Amino acid sequence: MLKERLIQYALLALAFSAVASLAVITVFIFREGVPILVSEGLWSFLTGRSWAPTRGEFGILPMILGSLWVTFGALLLGVPLGLAVAVFVTDYSPRLLSDILRPAVQLLAGIPSVIYGFIGLKVLVPAIRVSLGSPGLSVLAGALVLGIMILPNVIAISEDAIRAVPRSYRDGALALGATKWQTLWRVVIPAARSGIVASIVLGMGRAIGETMAVIMVVGNSLRLPLSPLDPATTLTSNIGLEMGYASGAHRQALFATGIVLFVFIIVLNSAATAFRRRMARA
Amino acid sequence: MPRRRRIDPKQSGAVAAGLVWLAAVTTLAVLAFILVYVLAQGLPQLSLPFLFGEPTSMGRAGGIWPMIVSTALLSFLAVLIATPIGVATAIYLTEYTREGWLTRIIRFGTEALAGVPSIIFGLFGFVFFVVYLGLGWSVLSGSLTLAIMILPTIERTAEEAILTVPRPFREVSFSLGATRWQMVTTVVLPGALPGIITGVILGLGRTVGETAAVILTAGAALHIPRSIFSPARSMAVHFYILAREGISDPMAWATGAVLVISVLVINVIINSLVGKLVRRQAVR
Repeated sequence: MLKERLIQYALLALAFSAVASLAVITVFIFREGVPILVSEGLWSFLTGRSWAPTRGEFGILPMILGSLWVTFGALLLGVPLGLAVAVFVTDYSPRLLSDILRPAVQLLAGIPSVIYGFIGLKVLVPAIRVSLGSPGLSVLAGALVLGIMILPNVIAISEDAIRAVPRSYRDGALALGATKWQTLWRVVIPAARSGIVASIVLGMGRAIGETMAVIMVVGNSLRLPLSPLDPATTLTSNIGLEMGYASGAHRQALFATGIVLFVFIIVLNSAATAFRRRMARA
Repeated sequence: MPRRRRIDPKQSGAVAAGLVWLAAVTTLAVLAFILVYVLAQGLPQLSLPFLFGEPTSMGRAGGIWPMIVSTALLSFLAVLIATPIGVATAIYLTEYTREGWLTRIIRFGTEALAGVPSIIFGLFGFVFFVVYLGLGWSVLSGSLTLAIMILPTIERTAEEAILTVPRPFREVSFSLGATRWQMVTTVVLPGALPGIITGVILGLGRTVGETAAVILTAGAALHIPRSIFSPARSMAVHFYILAREGISDPMAWATGAVLVISVLVINVIINSLVGKLVRRQAVR
């Protein structure tokens, strides 16, 4: 019996690893980043337009805007496409094709982000340069690459949400004479709304947190991006680029950027969890 | 309800079906393009000397053997650390407790950890393992960081797999006088094994492709690591450095091809395991 007790406590202790890791991560990121937020002032850090570590200027507004632009663009592409694929898999796909599509989407999720980035750089960036003018390294290139990268997340969770809609909803609509598409558009998709929103929010989290692919295609310019064709920097890409050589206040400022990103992500994930809970209850 | 312009439902249905098909075909086409592009650029450079040779002049020529060894070491160690913890968490949550505030905290931790971006793991791994614990840029720092990163994946898949083991199996085991731990080791774990392995391989796949977290914690040394305390450069990091610094596109693509093939192999293994899992359940 004593042995059983010990095993139970050992398991409980191990089960707290994730929580403990999260706590240590939070403590250490904040410990490194908070001092500069205090000395610079949170507001001027967030709204400052100039990032010039050598001159001691740390404003991350360009990166916040860059991240938001790129993420928004990614959602514009990834959400409709992903939702359509989810609907295809649940309601339109012949058996054979869904047997191909499922592992394909899984593979899409498994391809390393650096590969997406380099293909983006070699294929999308020149294509944008040639067809739309501008240098090509741009918010648009970042948004396109990320739009593809969030597809697996959007598809998987939307698909779950659509499958979770009770059969009787469909039967009811069809019995009233609705066509297949009317049933989907007016009944099934609205009923799956919470799950679909969760998939969008999680996709957003993935897009805003992605680093390596973005570094390669957005151009890493520190000016405020004003159009989709402008080059930009994101919160993540700036950390990824400068962390290698930063020290002192500069390094602290990168950790502070990490704090901003971390807070963004925690808020997004909490929202997604709330939506998924609502889906589970419905 | 505002008045809508009447569209023939049959027509709108056909248009919708067309769009949905188009989306599916587009997705497949994007994946096919990525695979074909990487392999077309990379396969011509692939050779035994490339796979088993040392890189020369920063990777402009030579091979990627040290990167293959480093990647294998980093991934293997990460999985070795994360698997027992993840599986233990799953066992605790499913077999040893009821849903309550405690499980809610544990689940919150796992979920939140799953959403943390890899660059944050990189920052954390750097300041905690590399600097604070004094492990330096090393295989160990990298593996520990990666282990935390894949913990949620392994835990969730293990939990799902454990939940598919039918309840009566447990009851029979108890009725034969087994203790809870005996029941777990003789009934639950064997039954959940394919699912657990799937999670482990999923985690492995993530570590192979990870770049941001690895470059900040394991470094970018070009040699084969002598021990787990030596710095190392994974294939993904090598690819990134070759590509981004414009050192050599052909060598970058060759490395990329090896990466993509590794990911392909990992996915094939996962799918065959998942297939087995599903078939076994169908049999029951």
